[in-house]
Order: sequence, then structure tokens, then C-alpha cells
Amino acid sequence: MISPPLIYAILMLAIPIGAIVLFSFWTQNFMDVDTTFTLNNYREIIEKPIYFALLQRSLFVSGTVTFVTVILAFPVAYFVSFHVPAHRKSLWLFLITIPFWTSYLIRVFLWKVILGYNGVVNTGLINVGLIDEPLTFILYNVNAVIITLAHAFAPFAILPIFVALEKIDRSLLEASEDLGESKLSTFFRVTLPLSMPGLVAAVLIVFIPTIGDYVTPELMGGAGGKLIANMIQTQFLALNNAPLGAALAIVAMLCVAAISLLFVFLNRRWLRGRS
Amino acid sequence: MSLRIYAIAYLIFLYAPIVLLPLFAFNDGTIIAFPLSGFTTKWFTALTDTKALHNAVQNSLFIAALTSVLSTILGVCAARAGAMYNFPLKRGIIGLVMLPLVLPEIIVAVSLLVVVVQMLHMSLSNWTVIAAHVLICTPFSIAILNGAFQNLDPSMEEAAMDLGESRWSAFRLVTLPLVMPGIISSLLIAFTISLDEFIIAFFLTGANPTMPVYIWGLLRFPGSLPIVMALGTILVGLSIILLTIAEILRRRGMARAGVKDKGSFL
Amino acid sequence: MTALISLTGVNKYYGDYHALRDINLTINEGEFFSLLGPSGCGKTTLLRTIAGFEGVSEGVVVIGGKDMQGVPANMRPTNMVFQSYAIFPHLTVAENVAFGLRKKKDMDKAAKDLAVDEALTMVGLKGFGDRQAHALSGGQRQRVALARALILKPKVLLLDEPLSALDKKMREQMQVELMRLQRHVGITFILVTHDQEEALVMSDRIAVMFEGEIGQLADPETLYRRPNGRRVAEFIGKMNFLKANVTNVGDTIDVNVDGLGPCTIAAEQAPSGINLGEAAVGIRPETLAILFDGQTTDRETIAGTVDEVVYYGDMTYYDVRIDGVAETLNIAMKNLIGRPVLDVGAQTTVVWDARSLVLLP
Repeated sequence: MISPPLIYAILMLAIPIGAIVLFSFWTQNFMDVDTTFTLNNYREIIEKPIYFALLQRSLFVSGTVTFVTVILAFPVAYFVSFHVPAHRKSLWLFLITIPFWTSYLIRVFLWKVILGYNGVVNTGLINVGLIDEPLTFILYNVNAVIITLAHAFAPFAILPIFVALEKIDRSLLEASEDLGESKLSTFFRVTLPLSMPGLVAAVLIVFIPTIGDYVTPELMGGAGGKLIANMIQTQFLALNNAPLGAALAIVAMLCVAAISLLFVFLNRRWLRGRS
Repeated sequence: MSLRIYAIAYLIFLYAPIVLLPLFAFNDGTIIAFPLSGFTTKWFTALTDTKALHNAVQNSLFIAALTSVLSTILGVCAARAGAMYNFPLKRGIIGLVMLPLVLPEIIVAVSLLVVVVQMLHMSLSNWTVIAAHVLICTPFSIAILNGAFQNLDPSMEEAAMDLGESRWSAFRLVTLPLVMPGIISSLLIAFTISLDEFIIAFFLTGANPTMPVYIWGLLRFPGSLPIVMALGTILVGLSIILLTIAEILRRRGMARAGVKDKGSFL
Repeated sequence: MTALISLTGVNKYYGDYHALRDINLTINEGEFFSLLGPSGCGKTTLLRTIAGFEGVSEGVVVIGGKDMQGVPANMRPTNMVFQSYAIFPHLTVAENVAFGLRKKKDMDKAAKDLAVDEALTMVGLKGFGDRQAHALSGGQRQRVALARALILKPKVLLLDEPLSALDKKMREQMQVELMRLQRHVGITFILVTHDQEEALVMSDRIAVMFEGEIGQLADPETLYRRPNGRRVAEFIGKMNFLKANVTNVGDTIDVNVDGLGPCTIAAEQAPSGINLGEAAVGIRPETLAILFDGQTTDRETIAGTVDEVVYYGDMTYYDVRIDGVAETLNIAMKNLIGRPVLDVGAQTTVVWDARSLVLLP
């Protein structure tokens, strides 16, 4: 039974990923590809500061988006799990997930409308009289990218945290209070550690995919807000240098994977250190 | 109480962009900004006259329909295997199949691009988009169908076989009706994902763009933005309808199987 | 009595794990047969090899004179009541019961309806046909499972822990109903259970299984009175064990029992082929007694001290320490009128009888 999806995943995922790894060691010669093994692509990435700067900015954006998204999402997940009556929970979850399923492209574009020079925020604030001139720090820069991505990945962060919170046996909280802890210290000593698997899942499921997004930086980032994914896209589609693009994609993936593993490892150590 | 206010504010934040969509779609002005100027349906009328758009919509519908069927079939296989059998390397295999859920989409896109164009020297077409969309939709299908299959008592099919049914008719008479709501909701979700997907389609689309790729092109021309708003309104409305049907079916399925609803499908 | 099912040299391996070890077994027509044992002993695996859900690695399974090798579950003359009952939740009660009739081409709709009605009446669910299956209670689900299996008139009904999901009261009620049902339909029932009381109450014969093999196969009384080894004795009911020394084996057996002294045991109270030397003796708590003040007995007595008292209402269990034995003796006494409950530390006299001793290897 498992073989059809497995074969499909091998053919369409494992082999292609193997192919770009291979590809990253080759070079582009105008229209054809030189298949002699070389580290030139990687050397170029290390030597040209633009790639390092882009990668650094990408990781910073992904990290910030992850942090903001998870911090903002946790109270919502907590509210739905602990304060919403059981029969309303699926309605709440449904409401939270709906925006996620609607056209990503259009959602991103609408943030441009909201944050733009004549956008909703600026016209609103001017009409209220809080500002005289439109704010410019909220469009065509990294801030705009972060806001938009945080919005796009919100349900991704809420759902795993919610699932982890739902699994917590409520009598554990009563036991903690019975043993003399306040509601607040119960939260920090019982609820938060037990929801950690959900938090970790939320962090990974936001952090990893955001690195590969080029739509938001393209539409919202302006000149100073471009990220590594834009560069990968450019190498593949505009500059027709697929080997360099492949190498960039691999470097980006390795960075993300390394940071994720480090995060999981530190989190495990922290949890073990407590108990 | 303050938590509740926060949660509602959060929902408003989530819905803010979507709510603006119809406002501008019916706004009688070419600039997408406040203040609004007046009510019109001309942008919707304009949609019906755009030949290129119709082709893009047709493409997208074709891709989405095939993607949803294929990924649901793969999802049924994986969910059934995962729920009912143990096999060597189970975690690793399920992990690989679920990997596209967290993998940056650009990686899926460029790796398939490299294989198809540079290695196999084939040209891009709707089929390359379908191949990639099936890959990213299958984990969602599995997640939805897992719920349906894990609620299933494995001795149910054995009971049917014990009562004289063959392996296939036991599946058809017992398992299939019980997981049918899950299957339909998987079809709908996969359809929605594929219909809206841009990042991969942009890399892999052939001579005929899909609808999101077509929209991407329109975004560069300020004059066509109101039309995009109108198209977006229809798309979002359609998505919400499909998702609502999927959710209702999922709940009905849970009720039919006599299990308690544990929340969303993810 | 004619043999209906016979298993010869049945072995079952899951990789390295030896789940069934050389099972040889004959089950008769019309018999209520139980497979009893702790969890993981292979009793469910054995049942599933009879049902056809598991193949055998070695050996032969014969049902009704036919070798079942390669015969799938849906072609075997057996039907099963599953531990979870496996009631189809998307069907009504009547549709569940009628499920197996789909392939019966010789029955028309009316005949099928009639059969469903009869089956439901038989299990005491007359008039429940239109109910949705997932709205039933545990006891009702079990009855539906029974009706659904019996409607096909199998030669054998297989029951996999059918009562384990019920509460105590319901369980006792269903035990009696199952026995009545078995007498009514007259076919062979094979019950898998880990509950020794359930097996003793319901069965004609019981096979006690440990670690994939049959430890003892006997009727309930033999099993209780003359367990053939310490494993069986410990699994079924309570038993006191004392070290013993066999001094003579003849028509009867002479034994010197630690704490009790020399005595003579009838040959049927000992395993065949017992040797001289070290052995053990088992005594059921209810075959020992405490001699209360003013009572006399012509049986054997020994002095003891009450070490622990557990009061159960209808019974009191005493742990009594006697000289020369490390473990205390467990003694069960009915709380008859006027009989006191002793305190811990009380000096007392224990009454015993060689007829209730069973010699164990």
C-alpha cells in the first residue's frame, strides 16, 4: 500500500533533489552544461559578498518572521484550546485556516494595498490626524516583508501549538495548583513545557518554508528587501545559470537545516536540563 | 477575557486583506487606494472579455482537477498503510512522503525544473506543474485522510471478510463509505491548493500559464489591478465555498463513524 | 462426540518470534471451548488461525474434515465476534446483522428480513433493527455482533475476548446469556479470554496457554482441582504452595510436606510419572479451614498465628503462619452466622486434609 506514494516521492522529490546537488557541481556554458566536477559555483558564492549578504538577510527575515509569528500565535492557540467550549473549537480552527487557503499571490498583493503610500494604513492614520505625511517605512523594505510573511504563515504556527495544548491532560494543571502553584506559575512549570513539541513544530514549519519564498520580497521588499530566493529565481529563469542557482539553493537549504537542527538540539537540552 | 479580545483582533488581522478584496473589486476607480469612488461591476464584466484569462483558468482547472485526484489516491494508499500496517522503515518512508509539507517550495520547483529541462530535455507543460502539485498536495491529503483512517477499527474489514466478503468487497462495503467524507475533503483541499499555487507553477508552467502565473503578469500593469481584484474576489469566494463543503463533509464523516470531533484536519 | 476442528503440529512464527509452539488440539461438535491465558500467550493468534486471518507456519488446521490450508476467512465455516465488536458504524443494526447475507443468492428479501428478525430476537434485540449502530451501548453492540455472526449458521462461533469491554455486572449477565445461546444454537463456541473465572463458568473444556503452548487442556473441575503444574495452578484461582519430599510411589504416594508433615496422596492427585525426591504441594485456600473456639474436627490440624486479615464481607481471607514454613498459608473462610473475625496475632488451629492436596512437579 505504501509503495505508490513512496515511489512517487522518490521519483519526484528524492531524485530531483539529488539532481540539483549534482548540478551544483557543474557549470553553465551559454546554452549547454559542462558536466566536469567543479566547486566553482560554491567558490563564487563564498567570494562574492552579494550572496552572503542576501543569505544573511534571508535568515534574519525568516528568523524574525518565525519569532513574531509563533509569539503572536501562541495566545490564540492557547485561547482556542483552553477557553473555547469544545463544540466551538473546530469552528475557530476553521476560521483561522480559511485565509491560509486563499490565493497567496492576491493576499500578498493586498498587503501592498494596506501598507502602501496611499494605502489603508496611511490614509486611515492621516484621516484620524495622527500623521501628516504617509509613513514610508512600511512598504518596499524588510519590515513589509516580515509583516506579510507573518500573516501568511499564521495558521501554520497556530495549528501545531493547538494540537500540543489539546493533548495536555487537564488534571495535570489541577494537580499543579493542588500542589501550591499559582495559575501563572502552573503555566510556566506545566503548560509551557508540555506544549514544547508543538512550539518546536511551529517554529520549524514556519522557519523552513519562508526561506524559499520569493513572491513576498519581490512584491513588498523593494530594492533593499530582496532575499536569497529572489536570487535563486533570477539565476534559474533570467540569467539562465542553473548550476549557480542550484548551488545557492543547496547552500540556503543547508543553512536552514543546520539552524533547525541546532534549535531542536538546544530545545531538547533545555527541556532535559529542567527535569 | 483579554485573551478573547486578542484572539478576535488576531482574526481581524488574518481577514484584513481578504475583506479589502471585494471593496476594490466593486470600486469604480482604477487606482487601488482609499477613498473609494463608487460602485461598479465593470471589472467583473471585463473578466469575461479576456481571452488569455480564460485559457489560464482552463489550464488551472485541468491541473487542479488532476492534481486533486492523483494526490488523493496517493493519500489513501499512504494513510491506509500508515494506519493499518507496520512495515520496515515506516517512519522514514512516511517522513519522506510528508517532507514537501516543510520543504521550501522553491526547492521543489528548481529541482524538478533541472530534471525536466536540463536532464531529460523535455519541455515544460501542464504535466510538469501537475507532477509538482501532486507532490506538495499529497502530504495534505495524507493529513486529512489519516484522520479518517485512524478512526477506523482495523477489525472492521476483517469482520466483513469473516462474513463472507472478499478483500476488495470488504474495502468497498465497509472502509470506503466510512472514509468517503475524508476522500472528498481531500479532493477539495488539494484542488484549492493547486488552483492557488504560484511559486512552483511560475517555474514549471509551459507556454500556457496557469491562472496565478497570469495574475502575476497582470500585477505589473497598474491599469489591470482592478480586474485582478475582481478575479481575486471570485477565487477567494470559490475557495471559501470549497473549504466549507470540505469541512462540513469532514464533520459529517466523524459523526457517521461515531467519533468525537477533535478539531481541524491538520 | 465427534471432532469438528483439529489442529496438528501447528507452529506460527513472526520473524524470530515463536507465537504458537507445536499446538495439537481437537475441538468437538457442540462444545463450548475456551482458550485461556495471560496476554501475549498466543490465544488470540490461535483463534485467528482457526478463523483464517493468520496462516500457520507449520502444521495442519482441519475444520469439518477439510484441510483449511489456503482457505481464506470468507470461505471458512467459522464466524467471529471481535473484541471491539467491529460493528459497522455507517449501517443500522438490521443492516449490520444482514451484512453476511449479501452473497446468499438463494434467499429473497423477505427471507433475509425474516432471518434478521429471528437473529435479533435470539439475542434479545427485537425491535432494534432501525437503530443507528454507533448509538448502541456496549452490551447491545455485543448482541449485534453475536446476531451478525450467528445469522450465517456457522459450524463454529469464535469469540475474541467478547466480554472484556463490559462492566462487571454486564459481564456476569452476558456469561449466562452466552451459555444459554450456545445450548440453543447447539454449535461449537470457541472463546478466547484472560479471565479464568469466565472460562471456568462457561466452558466444557479449557486449554490454558502460556508463551505459545498449551499448558493444560481439561474440563474446568479438573483444571481447578488438579492443575498439572505450578503455572496453571497460579493462573487459575489462588493456591498455596509448600515444598515437599516424595518418599514412596505406589498405588498411592507418600509425601513429607514442609510444615504439615508426612501424608499420603491419591495417585490421581499427582502428575503421572512423578519421581522420588523434591516436589511441591498445592493447597487451595478454601480447602483449608480455621478451627474456631469450641469446634472439633477429625481431620489433620496444625497450630498457626494469624498474620494478616482481609475482610471481604461474605468471606474473610487469613494469612496464617505455621512453623517450619517461610510463606504464610492463605485460608478462605465463609463468614457464617456466629463466626468471629480473628485479629492479627491470634493463635489458631489450621485444619487440612490430604484429599485436597495436589502434588506438582
